[in-house]
Formats: sequence, C-alpha cells, structure tokens
Amino acid sequence: MTPQQPTPHVQTHALMVRIAHWIMALSILIMIGSGWRIYNASPIFGFRFPVWATLGGDVETALAVHNDPGVATGIAWHFAAMWLLFLSYLVFVGWGMVSGHFWRDFLPVGPRSFLRDFIAAARFRLEHRLGEYNAVQRVFYWGVLGLVALMLLSGAAIWKPVQTYPLELLFFGFQGARLVHFIGMTLIVAFLVVHVTLVILVPRTFVAMVIGRAEEPMPQHQAEPVP
Amino acid sequence: MKVERRHLLRGGASLSSLTLLTGCDFSDSNVVQRVLADFSRWNDRVQAALFSGRRLAPTFPADMAVKDFRYNAWYGPDRAPDLNRDDYRLMLSGLVANKRPWTVEQLYALPQVSQVTRHVCVEGWSMIGKWTGAPLKTFLERVGADTTAKYVGFECADGYYESMDMPTALHPQTIMAFYLSDEILPRKYGYPFKIRVPTKLGFKNPKFVTTIYVTNIRPRGFWTDRGYNWFSGI
Repeated sequence: MTPQQPTPHVQTHALMVRIAHWIMALSILIMIGSGWRIYNASPIFGFRFPVWATLGGDVETALAVHNDPGVATGIAWHFAAMWLLFLSYLVFVGWGMVSGHFWRDFLPVGPRSFLRDFIAAARFRLEHRLGEYNAVQRVFYWGVLGLVALMLLSGAAIWKPVQTYPLELLFFGFQGARLVHFIGMTLIVAFLVVHVTLVILVPRTFVAMVIGRAEEPMPQHQAEPVP
Repeated sequence: MKVERRHLLRGGASLSSLTLLTGCDFSDSNVVQRVLADFSRWNDRVQAALFSGRRLAPTFPADMAVKDFRYNAWYGPDRAPDLNRDDYRLMLSGLVANKRPWTVEQLYALPQVSQVTRHVCVEGWSMIGKWTGAPLKTFLERVGADTTAKYVGFECADGYYESMDMPTALHPQTIMAFYLSDEILPRKYGYPFKIRVPTKLGFKNPKFVTTIYVTNIRPRGFWTDRGYNWFSGI
C-alpha cells in the first residue's frame, strides 16, 4: 500500500486544523447535549434522553425560573454553539480544501479499498500508521464532514422554515427536517464513539491533534506484510 | 399528559442534582447565563436582518388545516379568561394618534383576510390551521399608529404580554385573528382575538389581547423574560 521507506511514521496537524478541530469538537458536544434537552420537550419517538446527559441547567431551577424543564436554556446553548460550529466547520473545510490536506490525505477512496480495510479492521488486522489514513478512516472523515453539512442545512430549515423556504422541502417538510436532524445526530454520535475509541487505542493521534506532531518510536513496520 | 411529563422530570431531577453536586451544572452560573444572553441578542440582530417584509410564510391547501387545533398554555383551558362580548374593550396606548377603545363589533367589522399557515412551536411540534382576521397593518393605520416606531407591544387578559418588531407587525400575514377554522375564535384560543404571526414561533402569537401599544423602547415578553429568544422569527 505504501512505498517502503526507512522514515518513521509521523502525524502532523497544522495549527489551523487543530484549533478548528477542537472548537468543532466542543461545539458539537454542546449541540448534542442541548439538542437532547430540546428533543425532550417534544419527542419524535417514544423516549426521552436522560436529563443528566443533556445541557440546559438544573430541571427544578429551570421549572422555577423558566416555567419549563430547561428548554429555554437548551435553546440558548444550541443557538449560541451553532455559530461556533458553523465558523469552525468553514475554517476546517476551507483549510482542508485550500491547503490540499483533504485531497492528499482523504483521497483516493473507493468501495473496494474501503471493504478491504473494513474487513481487516473487523479482524483486528488493520494496522494504524501515524500520518496515513486507511480507507475506513477516509470514508468516515468524508462521512462526518458531510453529516455536519447536513446538520447545518436541516438545522437552518428548522430554525428558519419561513425565511429559508423551500429549503425544508429537501427534507420533505418541517417535520421531515426534524427527523433528518435527529438521524444526523445519531450518526454523528456513532462516529464519535468509534472516533474516540480509536483515539484511546492509538493515543499518539491525540498527542498529534494537541501539539501538532507525533511519531512512532521505531519504524519497524516495513518488514511486516501489508494487510 | 402534562402530569406524566412532570412525573418524568421529577425522576430526572434527582439525576441532575447529582451533576449539581459535582459542580458540573454550569448552565445556571451567572457568567454562562450572561454569555448566552449576549448570543441571544446577537441572534435577534441576525434574525432582524434575515427577515423580509415581503417574503410570505408558506400557505397550504384548506383541507390541510387541522380542525381540532392543539390547545397550548401554562394553565388549563377551563381557566382561560372568559371575555364578554359587550364589556370587552381593546385599549390603545403609546405612539398612537387615536386612543379611542375598540369594541368587538368594531374590530370584527374591519376588512379581513384568511390564511392557512403553519404554527411552529418553540418545542418543535407544528400544526397547520386556518385563521381569518384583519391585518394588523390595517388596524395600526386606522388608529394612526406611528409605523416608523420600532416596536408593537401586547397585553393580554390572562396576564400574558408579548411584543414584536415593527417590520413583522406590518407584514401582510400578521393578522388579528377573529376566526379559527371559520368559527369565531373559541374562548380557550383567545376570544375575542389573537395575534396570528406565521413568521414567528407560536409563543409570539398572544391571545386575549386587551391592549396594543406602539413604542421605541423594546417591550418585554412573557417567555422572553423566562429565557427564550426575543425575536423568535422562523
């Protein structure tokens, strides 16, 4: 898969990428927590999220002050963090495209390489090499970036259904946009679970995203057969 | 249903008090509340800029209008104000030339329009209804309101109070709704009229309106005072 070269595997992240990544991470967590509190006010499905996992303040306090279980604060969080997410997403995607990071690291990617790497990963045979993105990672990163775009679009349709009309028709109406927004959230949460699990398994990737650079202690992988 | 929700929240409350103990419940801290309020002000400005006085809310075929419209208030329908047709007077104040009170007969004699539009609640549910009534713009012009002023405020018989920006008040679909589903607005929905604003969230549609005033000082709002965004356009 890669040319045999005796250089160590190095992962680097530009400062701009790191700043945008962490602001996105923070704002996505706020969006999820506050979104769950808003969802609880008028659930689409037959369940509510546990209050401890949501953002919107103490329920008893909110009932006393707002006459609601924290929807007001949840909405305030949601409509504040959406600006952080929107801006950091623009910076992240803009930088990724202009600097060539996306094209260099996330391409090429195709169904065959994805399937091959996915099967290898499922058998715990896929090796993680710092600085290299396997096909599963590439698909996941394109996927989550697409999902955030979908969330921004469906979110705009829910926030301003009149001013953005007919945007909601893309989602089969206002309630359709809510459903898409919910499904998008679910997929992003699923991504986060996988993403964070893999970071825990390969902690150096975390170091790289914080200080900008991390490398393998010894480039001993070359002798091994590439899966 | 309301009881069920309260019950559920009680259950959740003990869990959230755990986070309070660990000091994680930062939503209620003053600094956080101030930052959120600043963002809310910023969102007011963005929404005012986004709002177009000419862009109409989508309208729907009449058969999509819900006949049994959802009742929504912080009190039960049996406790809704029961305003008497003969005693009722709509009061006017602020930057209005003719402050003569209006009777129900005079109001209902105003030229009227119908709309089948969607009511969108801040909680996320939505419902299409048919409302008929006089455009607020027509009324404001009749009473000689200063339409260059910034805000229009409303006071209601149930203790509710709301306000909106003048561009929204003059929007062609902002009406004083006298009829719901072709019937005189029933008591629980706000007789003798409610302000129907399809370009704003449901809570910006006050019922049982008893006073309308025009001002340049931004008035408060019942739910805005409880942490919701003031402009709340959609």
